[in-house]
Amino acid sequence: MSIMKEENIFSKELIAFIEEWKEKPGNLIMVLHRVQEEFGFISRESADKVALMLDMPLATIYGVLSFYHFFKMVKPGEHNIQICLGTACYLKGGDALVDELTNLLGIELGGVTEDGKFSLEGVRCVGCCGLAPVISIGGEVFGKVTKDQLPGIISKYN
Amino acid sequence: MNIVHMKINGMPVEIEAGSNILAAAKKVHVNIPALCYHPDLPAWAACGLCVVKQENSPKLLRACATPVQENLSIITHDAELYQIRKTVIEMIMSTHPNTCLTCGRNGTCELQRFAAEFGVREQPYEVRLVDLPQDTSTTSIVLDPTKCIKCGRCVQVCQQMQGVYALEFIGRGDQTIMSPAACLPLNDSPCIKCGQCSAHCPVGAIFEKDETRTFVRAVSDPDKHVVVQIAPAVRVALGEAFNLPAGTITTGKIYAALRRLGVAKVFDTNFSADLTIMEEGTELVKRLTTGKGAIPQITSCCPAWTDYMEKFYPDMIPNFSTAKSPMMMQGAVTKTYYAEKAGVDPARIYSVAIMPCTAKKFEISRDDNMQASGFADVDLVLTTREFARLIKASGIDFLKLTDEEADSPIGAYAGAGTIFGNTGGVMEAALRTAYNLITGEDMADVNIEAVRGMEGVRSGEVDINGMKLRVAVAHGMANVGTLLDEIREARDSGKEPPYHFIEVMACRGGCIAGGGQPYATTDEVRAQRIAGLYTDDEKSETRCSHQNPEIQQIYKEYLGEPLSEKAHQLLHTTYHERKIYKK
Repeated sequence: MSIMKEENIFSKELIAFIEEWKEKPGNLIMVLHRVQEEFGFISRESADKVALMLDMPLATIYGVLSFYHFFKMVKPGEHNIQICLGTACYLKGGDALVDELTNLLGIELGGVTEDGKFSLEGVRCVGCCGLAPVISIGGEVFGKVTKDQLPGIISKYN
Repeated sequence: MNIVHMKINGMPVEIEAGSNILAAAKKVHVNIPALCYHPDLPAWAACGLCVVKQENSPKLLRACATPVQENLSIITHDAELYQIRKTVIEMIMSTHPNTCLTCGRNGTCELQRFAAEFGVREQPYEVRLVDLPQDTSTTSIVLDPTKCIKCGRCVQVCQQMQGVYALEFIGRGDQTIMSPAACLPLNDSPCIKCGQCSAHCPVGAIFEKDETRTFVRAVSDPDKHVVVQIAPAVRVALGEAFNLPAGTITTGKIYAALRRLGVAKVFDTNFSADLTIMEEGTELVKRLTTGKGAIPQITSCCPAWTDYMEKFYPDMIPNFSTAKSPMMMQGAVTKTYYAEKAGVDPARIYSVAIMPCTAKKFEISRDDNMQASGFADVDLVLTTREFARLIKASGIDFLKLTDEEADSPIGAYAGAGTIFGNTGGVMEAALRTAYNLITGEDMADVNIEAVRGMEGVRSGEVDINGMKLRVAVAHGMANVGTLLDEIREARDSGKEPPYHFIEVMACRGGCIAGGGQPYATTDEVRAQRIAGLYTDDEKSETRCSHQNPEIQQIYKEYLGEPLSEKAHQLLHTTYHERKIYKK
């Protein structure tokens, strides 16, 4: 419980940011971006806090959160594996990489492994179609990935 | 008023600027089909069914969201528009289950009606249904996301008219659902169970929890002594389910229908509306004259409103009248006073209430005070819509019934009791009796026009023998905020309260337009139902609650006087802060 609590304490900078944006139109998206930057996702507790600070219904916040794929409502794994499913990567077998990673990690797209180590996320074009199919883990990009390479790539992070 | 001149299908139309094309077409008796648009709500332009053409322009306009303009010439119906509309209906049907026969809206569904009118005979598009369970978490309404056509009326009602924000568009594109935040069950959300979402939903995606079968079982159980009360607003709306004009008073036929349904006694919530006035009016006068208790006193008959207050304005709980709603008072005296008088074991009494309201289903178990008699004071609540179905399914030819009277000793009512069903009515009824309590005399003219009308918030001053009583009335939950903020501010800054007495009803127009009333309620229908109640009031032998002979009798024989210990135990309650989100 103590860890959970700590996780949801907004930093001084975040609180100052929210205060600064409180009265400005279009503040919700700015604030949510900033919250996600701090925690990697937006928990229910964070959303409650934003609702209170902006004096805004929680439903409005979830309307926005659920509209944009960018916002995460589940805490991502320590290593978030992004599989590109943009047109080029998809045609080059991105979906096969999804199947294989699903098998290897025992989680679906959008899921997190039980130990919290890995999460799987399907993303649209990451901007390096020449390397298709591409996966990206914590900012590190792997190009022309084949199914057979995946166990090796994952073991690097284990 | 700015008048715009335009043409609909070549016919000249004069209409107020700012109106939409749907309204202009109506003026020349042309109906443009629309599924997402509702006159209570701002245009949303979600369904695309109301597309029309501008003459000499290839552009299609949405009639709901297009304001009228000078010299605009609109074509509302032609072969192309017919085909487009049919396609829109077929596309909506491609995400809608084909389960009309088992649907709560079978026969009243707006999509079903259009499918029938446009003669849709096949589903040309691949059917893709949402696979989500029903939300049956509340005692009042059911959400069925598989039936949702994403018109957005429920979200708009919940947010704009009611200010509750229980529902929101969650997700995007074809994955959008109407749901509480974080996909919580409705019962854990701020939902106040007013049921306005169910009254505005064009299809069967949100509907009242149907308990007609429970009623049928109860009346056929020889061990149960079934007694029924009907709310004021039911009598001016039920007729609509039998094709009578809105506002037609059918009280006598309702009593007769209930007897045919096999109930032992027919009582009337109007009786206990009078009882509420005796308690609440006395409470008001006591607060005003002794200086004890918070001012303004705020009415508490509306369970959606009390739920809202407990969640959003718990600091104003001391302002609430402690008087229970008429329905709960009726339940309490049914299982005590009536039981004793009639010599019926209260354990055998099954107490049913026919209500215009879905929140009433929640109210009967809102806390332990609802069992003041030692039993559930009200066992079952049926909405007007359920009651209409029950009458039809029981083979009762409602329109041919001969009028009957309610049973004694808790069935008679004064005009004051009947106007409880419309905005301003509780206030007017209370003032009539408060005047008597303060002055010892009756008002010369009991029609208090100052508190009547349809504005969302109305305020005025009533002179009671030199005592200037400042009163305000709010209806439509979203309208109450400004009033409460005003009171709060005065309180917190130590100023004199801006009002002495406030009436609040959650639904626009009051209970006559409650969430459980017949469908297709608009302001026009509201006005007709309200007129019906005022007619009922004017025709009443007694107009003031304290003049009701059965009210005088119950105090003499049983309760003693208003606010007596017995009255407190049976007729009053307490309120508690509730979390806006349970989880």
